[in-house]
Amino acid sequence: MDYKGVWTLGEARNGELKEVSFELLSRGRKLADKLDEELVSLILGDEITEEQAEELIKRGADKVLLLNDPALKDFIVENYSNVITDLIEKYKPEIILAAATTMGRTVMPYLAIKTKTGLTADCTDLDIEEDTGNLLQTRPAIGGNILATIKTPNHRPQMATVRPHSTKAAQKDESRSGEIVHLELDKSLLDGRVKKLGFRKNEEDAINIQDADVIAAGGKGLKKGENFAMIRELAGFFDGAVGASRDAVDRDWISYPYQVGLSGKTVTPKLYFAVGISGAIQHLAGMKTSENIIAVNEDLGADIFKVADFGIVGDLFEIIPELNKQLAEEVSK
Amino acid sequence: MNIVIPIKQVPETSNVKMDEETGTMKRDGVESIINPLDLYAIETGIQIKEEYGGTITVITMGPPSADKSLKEAIAMGCDDGILLSGREFAGSDTWATSYALSEAIRAIGEFDLILAGERATDGDTGQVGPGIASWLDLTLSTYTSKVVDIKDKSVIVERMVEDGYEKLQLPLPALLTVVKEISFPRLPTLRGKQRSRKVEIPQWNLSNLKMKEDFLGLNGSPTRVVNIDHPKVTRGGTVIDVRNDASIEKAVSQLIDYLKSKELV
Ligand SMILES: Cc1cc2nc3c(=O)[nH]c(=O)nc-3n(C[C@H](O)[C@H](O)[C@H](O)COP(=O)(O)OP(=O)(O)OC[C@H]3O[C@@H](n4cnc5c(N)ncnc54)[C@H](O)[C@@H]3O)c2cc1C
Repeated sequence: MDYKGVWTLGEARNGELKEVSFELLSRGRKLADKLDEELVSLILGDEITEEQAEELIKRGADKVLLLNDPALKDFIVENYSNVITDLIEKYKPEIILAAATTMGRTVMPYLAIKTKTGLTADCTDLDIEEDTGNLLQTRPAIGGNILATIKTPNHRPQMATVRPHSTKAAQKDESRSGEIVHLELDKSLLDGRVKKLGFRKNEEDAINIQDADVIAAGGKGLKKGENFAMIRELAGFFDGAVGASRDAVDRDWISYPYQVGLSGKTVTPKLYFAVGISGAIQHLAGMKTSENIIAVNEDLGADIFKVADFGIVGDLFEIIPELNKQLAEEVSK
Repeated sequence: MNIVIPIKQVPETSNVKMDEETGTMKRDGVESIINPLDLYAIETGIQIKEEYGGTITVITMGPPSADKSLKEAIAMGCDDGILLSGREFAGSDTWATSYALSEAIRAIGEFDLILAGERATDGDTGQVGPGIASWLDLTLSTYTSKVVDIKDKSVIVERMVEDGYEKLQLPLPALLTVVKEISFPRLPTLRGKQRSRKVEIPQWNLSNLKMKEDFLGLNGSPTRVVNIDHPKVTRGGTVIDVRNDASIEKAVSQLIDYLKSKELV
């Protein structure tokens, strides 16, 4: 097989590269070095700048494939899939990594069918198998209760989506240099069927839980919607986001985009506060891989304490105001 | 409106508890249920049928016992069920599964809409829905949170992305994968249950459906599972009990020290 090189699929939104693009570069750099191959970052959009392409190089890419075209402004899966499939046929990369975001988890399965190759979802670890050079892809399944390692032995490229926040973003190294390749859009690849009619932003809480490094989440123990105010205050100290259990969402205390868990979102922040959340397995499924978990609950037997790195058993209505007070003191120091 | 809903039968894990000693989840003796996230697709399908008319066919690939899930979907209000079952499907990954399902859906005949859950709660991949759309060259909306309208041979939807909701217009036939926000699943009715008992569920496989054999099952699957680990979920962290007059102030300051030690404040 003449497939060579490791690709990462960069993502930009509102004119900015998303952090997860840099996380993919730190994954990709490690794999490319082990294979002694090139690391290429592919990025599609309508206004990706030269500086942004440079940044991808400073953060680890050897080459950037940059495709700017007004027709690619919006992520429309049929278009993106056609374009990437065409590039795969031309360049024949050995590995393609995308983020397990709403974009990555949509375009990758669509194009894996077209390119007749395997795809592993939502990986939290990637490595190269010593003897074969195959990509070893490790991912949680069954709500995080098992970790499966998967490979694609006979098909190329080997493709994976990678869970956001599951690794650190690659840092800038000003001394790095590389090549920026400007690609032209082949208009015949545009599908043209689907139209984007509009977009409305989440208004309730500006920071979305999947991009946040810190999440303060509240559950039924908060007793009413207004009490989310203290959770917002707590999140505010860390520029973090607010999350919730399903029971809080089902009571309309907060809207669905903030629900963490099996029927909501999966998050992997550096720090997760679970306040008045019992730790049902469906909730744990969405946050168990958080780096640090802090639990506040009045019931010592609550399962949330089993996954907690630090827990306080007691009345949240006394503990959270005290925590907010002490954090305010820390900030003013 | 002819609607097809691919569903999956999964182990019921909502009452699973942690094993105190090993720190892993206890999973013995669990029952099988319809993937809970597929219920939102079924409910959405029934609501569309109620408004626009048509029929709903549910389809699943699985062991013969998976006809239980098809019957349950019929009891909720779907019309027909198809069971893809046979040795040739064993060991299918998402690529081979979406191939087999797409060939079966082709064989059902004309359809306008395919509705699928966002992902299954066991495999957790979310790849089969988009995969079917790709095999059948359908327009696709993932993470669909609302069906706004169906008109002029197209469906207008909202899909939930990281920072908000996109509104898309997709010409039919289209495939939507849906999230919880889209609907509140109804329970099967008594009449539905009676009807479901009478519905014959045909079983399809290579013997009566034309498929490329080398695209099926483990042989047709590009991926291989090479290892399964059972990670410990318990962390054994510090837990301070302040319920009986222990100082809250002190416990909180210990928490702040912890956060400092991890460079989080
Ligand atoms: C198919 C399926 C999917 C699901 N998906 C999700 C999902 O995505 N996300 C999710 O979260 N759940 C999900 N669930 C629901 C889940 O099983 C639980 O019901 C839910 O997580 C419970 O939410 P909770 O912890 O807020 O409420 P509870 O379990 O009621 O816990 C409230 C906690 O607050 C504590 N508390 C009360 N008062 C105080 C106080 N004054 N001070 C301190 N602590 C206090 C109590 O001790 C208790 O532990 C799902 C269930 C199913 C069947």
